[in-house]
Amino acid sequence: MSDVRELYQSVILDHNKRPRNFRKVEGANRFAEGYNPLCGDKVTVQLRVEDGVVRDVGFEGSGCAISTASASMMTESVKGRSLADAERLFQQFHDLLAGASRKVPSDEQQQALGKLTVFSGVREYPARVKCATLVWHALHSALEGRADPVSTE
Amino acid sequence: MKGVLDVKRLREDFPILHQTLRHGRSLVYLDNAATTQKPRAVIDALVGYYERDNANIHRGVHELSQRATAAFEEARAKVQHLLGAAHPSEIIFTRGATEAINLVAQSFGRANLRPGDEVLISAMEHHSNIVPWQQLCEEKGGRLRVLPIDDRGELVMEELPRLLGPRTKLVAVGHVSNALGTLNPLREIIALAHEQGVTVLVDGAQAVAHTRVNVQDLDCDFYCFSGHKLYGPTGIGVLFGRRALLEAMAPWQGGGEMIASVSFEKTLYNVLPHKFEAGTPHIGGAIGLGVAIDYVQSVGLDAIAAYEGELLAYGTRALLGVPRLRLIGTAREKASVLSFVMEGVHPHDIGTILDQEGIAIRTGHHCAQPVMDRFGVAGTARASLALYNTRDEIDALVAGLRKVAEVFG
Repeated sequence: MSDVRELYQSVILDHNKRPRNFRKVEGANRFAEGYNPLCGDKVTVQLRVEDGVVRDVGFEGSGCAISTASASMMTESVKGRSLADAERLFQQFHDLLAGASRKVPSDEQQQALGKLTVFSGVREYPARVKCATLVWHALHSALEGRADPVSTE
Repeated sequence: MKGVLDVKRLREDFPILHQTLRHGRSLVYLDNAATTQKPRAVIDALVGYYERDNANIHRGVHELSQRATAAFEEARAKVQHLLGAAHPSEIIFTRGATEAINLVAQSFGRANLRPGDEVLISAMEHHSNIVPWQQLCEEKGGRLRVLPIDDRGELVMEELPRLLGPRTKLVAVGHVSNALGTLNPLREIIALAHEQGVTVLVDGAQAVAHTRVNVQDLDCDFYCFSGHKLYGPTGIGVLFGRRALLEAMAPWQGGGEMIASVSFEKTLYNVLPHKFEAGTPHIGGAIGLGVAIDYVQSVGLDAIAAYEGELLAYGTRALLGVPRLRLIGTAREKASVLSFVMEGVHPHDIGTILDQEGIAIRTGHHCAQPVMDRFGVAGTARASLALYNTRDEIDALVAGLRKVAEVFG
């Protein structure tokens, strides 16, 4: 990857500029906070879970373009999913960036993750992987109903 | 600027600078406040020590041990000379500035802080000059007080007399701020503190590579720095302490080297400086640091300061021409550091895009979160200069930042 445009693809820049679901969630019943002590970035995730389904999800906090876009796209991806489904998506996203699998997303990953595969480029930037995965770890923690803040370290 | 330093020639002394990075870019190293690169002479000294002289020091009767001991103590004398200390026994080798500060907190601090007593730091300190004092105050029921900074990143000196009270036991202040580049008015701080009989520790980690230091001239009580920010190896640093203070202080770590005699009933401590150097020290590191000191002195600290000052002024002007860029830290007296933010772009994204161009800078809070809070930013991007940097490298930085502005346009 020689061009930063392959990392900062337009969809990432767009979600960074206009993050979706960047708000508190009314009637939220699951919360988690993610913290990256290396950069001081913080993100909070709020979920409203009803009948085992993520009815609403939002995030707040400040971070780099990668983490903001990742959070924004995470919220779009998990809304309406069952808890088990959302958890599966977390695992798949985690594998895409930090798993032992190959660099190019497999067809299976492509299918499961859809537009989230735009983050596969982050693999090339080891120092930035945590930026993309932080909000997902927070989601994972919220799905499990844990209250402790998650940290990248 | 030419004539002050022959930088083209000096760059030849640093092997690491002459490399091509993964995208075919030449390295532009502007992260010198994190660590400086090492001249060939320092690298050779480390290799030479391990190839010829490696032995434990001070107790061996054999030739290698004598050579290693002589080289280690010679390095101490070089540090003494660099800092203008009165005596080599006032120079304690530590792992770095952080350990030096912890030594003072644990030894001097624990013995002198009573409940209600105060330690005064400044609002621009690195975490390493905050946390040890917080820990000490917590343990002793003391109070940490903070001298504020203004919008330029200068200390609000008018506040100092008010903050120096009968309960103040120590002032701990940085010489140069790692996050802002501010060069602090040490003479004035120390004079005011001493009027009240308050001991002063100076964290010189960001200063020694950029300005001449004389601890007797400054009249400071403790001064510390890290070797790796002065073109020396990592893992070696220095605490200077006024002899009378060090003599009155108890050792903070027990072990070999720091003793005069040991029985199960009583241990007699060794003399200075060995009292504070328990265990086998980083002998090779100290020797490497000595050679690094030789190096900067052969170049000349005044010439380095003049050259870097010019380069910093050039860099400041150049950065101000970048759209949406704001400098954080605009003190009138500065050294080495260009800290900045760009509207709508997180520092990490700046760092990654510059990295693609082969430009190494630091991004984040620089272990100075209170400074970031003071300026209302989560972090900054920081370029920091050393004697081998050039105007061409500043130009490359500016071109890289224009690319950042374009990507995030």
